[in-house]
Amino acid sequence: MTPFLVVFALFIVTPLVYSMYLSLFRNQLMGGTTFAGLDNYVTAFTDPKLWDGAGRVGLFLLVQVPIMLGLSLIAALAIDSGRLHGKEFFRVALFLPYAVPGVVAVLMWGFMYDDRLGLTGSLNDLVGFPLVDPYTKQWILTAIGNIVTWEFVGYNMLILYSALKTVPVEIYEAASIDGANQFRIVRSIKLPAVRGALVIATIFSILGSFQLFNEPNILKEIQPALISSFYTPNIYAYNLSFEGNQVSYAATVAIVMGLVTAIIAYVVQLRGTRKDA
Amino acid sequence: MAGYSYLRPRKSVTLTVLLGALIVYSVLPLTWMLFSITKTQPELLSSFGLWFSGPFALFDNLGQVVTHDDGIFLRWFANTLIYVVVGAGGATILATAAGYGLAKYRFRGRNVVFASILGAIAVPGTALAVPTFLLFSQVGLTNTMWAIILPSLVSPFGLYLMWVFSAEAVPTELLEAARVDGAGEWRTFFTISLRLLAPGIVTVALFAIVATWNNYFLPLIMLNDQDLYPLTLGLYQWLADASGIGAQPVFNLVITGSFLTVVPIVIAFLVLQRYWQSGLSAGSVKA
Repeated sequence: MTPFLVVFALFIVTPLVYSMYLSLFRNQLMGGTTFAGLDNYVTAFTDPKLWDGAGRVGLFLLVQVPIMLGLSLIAALAIDSGRLHGKEFFRVALFLPYAVPGVVAVLMWGFMYDDRLGLTGSLNDLVGFPLVDPYTKQWILTAIGNIVTWEFVGYNMLILYSALKTVPVEIYEAASIDGANQFRIVRSIKLPAVRGALVIATIFSILGSFQLFNEPNILKEIQPALISSFYTPNIYAYNLSFEGNQVSYAATVAIVMGLVTAIIAYVVQLRGTRKDA
Repeated sequence: MAGYSYLRPRKSVTLTVLLGALIVYSVLPLTWMLFSITKTQPELLSSFGLWFSGPFALFDNLGQVVTHDDGIFLRWFANTLIYVVVGAGGATILATAAGYGLAKYRFRGRNVVFASILGAIAVPGTALAVPTFLLFSQVGLTNTMWAIILPSLVSPFGLYLMWVFSAEAVPTELLEAARVDGAGEWRTFFTISLRLLAPGIVTVALFAIVATWNNYFLPLIMLNDQDLYPLTLGLYQWLADASGIGAQPVFNLVITGSFLTVVPIVIAFLVLQRYWQSGLSAGSVKA
């Protein structure tokens, strides 16, 4: 117990407190660091670059998370239904991308997206006109969403599938004796059974969306023109502290985004559990 | 309804095919990778991605990866192993001890501890990274292996899993019986609890191993010295080398290196995923 609390205090609590402390100061080229009170927060709330990034991850969240969790839920229900040939294979193959390092996932998709050396070119050749071009302003966010979906569909499927496994077999037997068909069983037994797991998966996905960093930051190496230095709030905070020496303001950005995330996650949790009553 | 039983439903070809489409999506990039590692650099740029083309260059590519830049890839591989064994191993031990302690012993402040750990799961890792970097740079820990290992020792999610798992898997009566028989707390833990906790420990270990093996953000901000890089950051470096202006194109190295990065973690994953599954679901199943 104690060793965990020590590392917990050192590497989670201390940095958190320190970052709150930092956010109250101002870094200047001349004159060093001065106390600034809440000035940084005022700046943050009116900073168009921050809100540009926040809007982008917000849009990402509204589109990508439902698609990903929808696919995960369908897969979990299908595997749990016992009506698949080779269900073990499906479970493992779908979960496999989770083990692939994010860097490698982006590299693979990044190459495949390229219309010169990748599959996108082959697809466009096949249909005879440029159907998709991931490396344009219109497509790039979708392209990122696809990578994230690919990485986490199986992981979320497993969370939901584990919840389905906890339903006692007797309930299904009773339902089928009562004449309930598959769809009825899904609607009345299985969906209520996975709701708690779905809320948890949603919250994790929201956290992930707001923290979006790895995928766009690596794609930036391939397509520097498409990903700005404030593409997501996290990329913005990273660039502020490591390129711009604006450590205090970076800490402020991180705290503001952390608060926004916490509020949204909390609302989801409340709504998700309220229907229990 | 003759012959129909919920436990043995008819297999559905339609459903299998539908879900098969999802699987194709899942394995598509990996398939592309398997074909690509057999190609030379020019073939890579010009041939169709999902079939062989040109001379079979797999062994040549592998050779280039391990010898490029005085074999730095092997160095990155060894670094990654160190980070995983010490970081993920340590995280698993700490999470197991703490989760078990939280579940099985009453002490003052228990609820506060539990609430703050649940809260910590929700703290974005990247929000911690910048202040951690600044703190580490003040004590001279940046650009050392410790900068990667120390933060990966804390796994609030692992602790949460172990807490739930210990509460379910280890009956308190069994512990009391052992105490009545005169076994000490350590002995009880090692002879009784550890065995019951095994699936949970494997689950936590696998999450920690995947997280450490795939770690990218923390090394990105903490390390300058290429000799300390893990594989993920090394590959990122090669990609940057390959895409920069006037760069030497080493796409075949990037792709073959990626392949070598994926293979060990996928093997570990396939071997252990059976336990992983049971550990995850046992968290919520009542025996």
